[in-house]
Amino acid sequence: MDILAYFASLNPMNLASALPGNIAQGVIWGIMALGVYITFRLLDFADLTVDGSFATGGAVTVVLVLAGVPAPAALLAAVLAGMLAGLVTGLLHTLLGIPGILAGILTQISLWSVNLLILDGANKAVNVGKYALVVSLRNVGSSIVVALCIAAVLVVLLYWYFGTEQGSAIRATGANPNMVRAQGIHTDTTLILGLMISNALVGISGSLIAQSQNYADLQMGTGSIVIGLASMIIGEVLFGKRNFFLRFLSMVLGAITYRIIIALVLKMGMPSDDLKLFTAITVVFALSLPKIKGLINGRLRPRKGGM
Amino acid sequence: MLRVQNLTKVFNHNTVNERVALDNVSLTLDAGDFVTVIGGNGAGKSTLLNCVAGLYPPDAGSIFIDDANVTRLPEYKRAAYLGRVFQDPMMGTAADMNIEENLALAYRRGRPRGLRWGITAPERVLYRQMLETLDLGLETRMQSKVGLLSGGQRQALTLLMATLHKPRLLLLDEHTAALDPKTAKKVLELSDRFIQDGNLTTMMVTHNMRDAIRHGNRLIMMSGGSIAVDVSGEEKARLTVEDLLKMFEQARGTEEEIPDRMILG
Repeated sequence: MDILAYFASLNPMNLASALPGNIAQGVIWGIMALGVYITFRLLDFADLTVDGSFATGGAVTVVLVLAGVPAPAALLAAVLAGMLAGLVTGLLHTLLGIPGILAGILTQISLWSVNLLILDGANKAVNVGKYALVVSLRNVGSSIVVALCIAAVLVVLLYWYFGTEQGSAIRATGANPNMVRAQGIHTDTTLILGLMISNALVGISGSLIAQSQNYADLQMGTGSIVIGLASMIIGEVLFGKRNFFLRFLSMVLGAITYRIIIALVLKMGMPSDDLKLFTAITVVFALSLPKIKGLINGRLRPRKGGM
Repeated sequence: MLRVQNLTKVFNHNTVNERVALDNVSLTLDAGDFVTVIGGNGAGKSTLLNCVAGLYPPDAGSIFIDDANVTRLPEYKRAAYLGRVFQDPMMGTAADMNIEENLALAYRRGRPRGLRWGITAPERVLYRQMLETLDLGLETRMQSKVGLLSGGQRQALTLLMATLHKPRLLLLDEHTAALDPKTAKKVLELSDRFIQDGNLTTMMVTHNMRDAIRHGNRLIMMSGGSIAVDVSGEEKARLTVEDLLKMFEQARGTEEEIPDRMILG
């Protein structure tokens, strides 16, 4: 009843006015979710590089824009920076045999220092009045359109790439590396390629977030892997995973949904300090859903056979 | 076709668990040879196959396929010469991908993989025809995930993938051991047909003495990391399980026990 009373007291106009900003943010985070999907689902590799490469994307962009580089070019630089981060994690894992999760953490930690060097401080602002940015929350309407266009192009590109011979090889690497080697594919190469593509997307996302909020800071990537995972899972649950194109699309839709959910909970009075805990619990719940379902089924249904 | 020279492989070198898995093994296969390899656990048959496939480098000796020295060639590069079917039906195919995608991956074995589309229309026609020859109804399920297939169907598909392009050497690693007897028989018959039709040089590891006798034109029995028995041609054709047991005893001395799994089955 409390909740109903609370919703009745909400000002719908207030919520509606915040919605476009959340949608813009959601689309941008959706690009990040695409990257997480590639490593987590396609490569079966829990890549923690992203917390670092997300901030790197933002830092590179802001510093370059401040140096007079056009924003689209700075965005491309963020792509390259992300790829480089993915390459490092990939090499740590394949060449040096460091376990995947640790390889990602190591790159992420080193990127903290790298980002500090790039930004030459803890944060740096870029004035949207002085520089032409690709997206900015000061202009929400055009930001949504631009972000949607970029996301749409990326979804189409990814759909095409993962349908090619090379992309199929990457998908197969996550599904069965033994079989892939027996078919003459170098699994080290495909894994590194996948990590580079994933972190390139994360770099784009970081770059666009930095532009939309008009600054980059060291903290901006912290916990982004969890947000990416939450978006991915919401996308899978709500929008299905039937065909490949829809699966990529559902990542972006999932991220938008996640943003709207967060906006709602915040509006309902949850302190923003609790946001990361809330996100983590959401992810734990969603990831454990198959197991919980199994447990419930096991209890309710009589077991077949003996023992 | 395949030449193995003085191959030695030692696991856990210089530890208490040191085990000589292959002890100076030499073996030559002529083109079209179908060799069955038999032996107890730890006899070295799987190690021999894995060394040929390139899973790990030997400690000594060399391996030639078609006069090309492949001893130091990594597994993924050696794959261009080989077709492989594994003991575990899960191992040879990607469960999350559909039948035609799996075939397309195998179709490009040993060829550069670029940015062309993963499956072409003429390929689909070819795959459909080839799947029809399996007589398992898979030609109507080309878009189905391989994970939905039974173990026997997956082994049949892996066999097709291994022979899609004629391999220089076909390696069958106890590929029917995980199947029920009826399915195992079917997959073995299918293997025989593929090998005969394509005149494929083949090495088939098996635990089953009867299968080893019934199939192929040559039989090798391994024991303690070396080849204890090597029969072919007429002699192989006349071989019985009793003969094989006698040969095994002669080669190794009576004190060594013959594993039940080898006799039964």
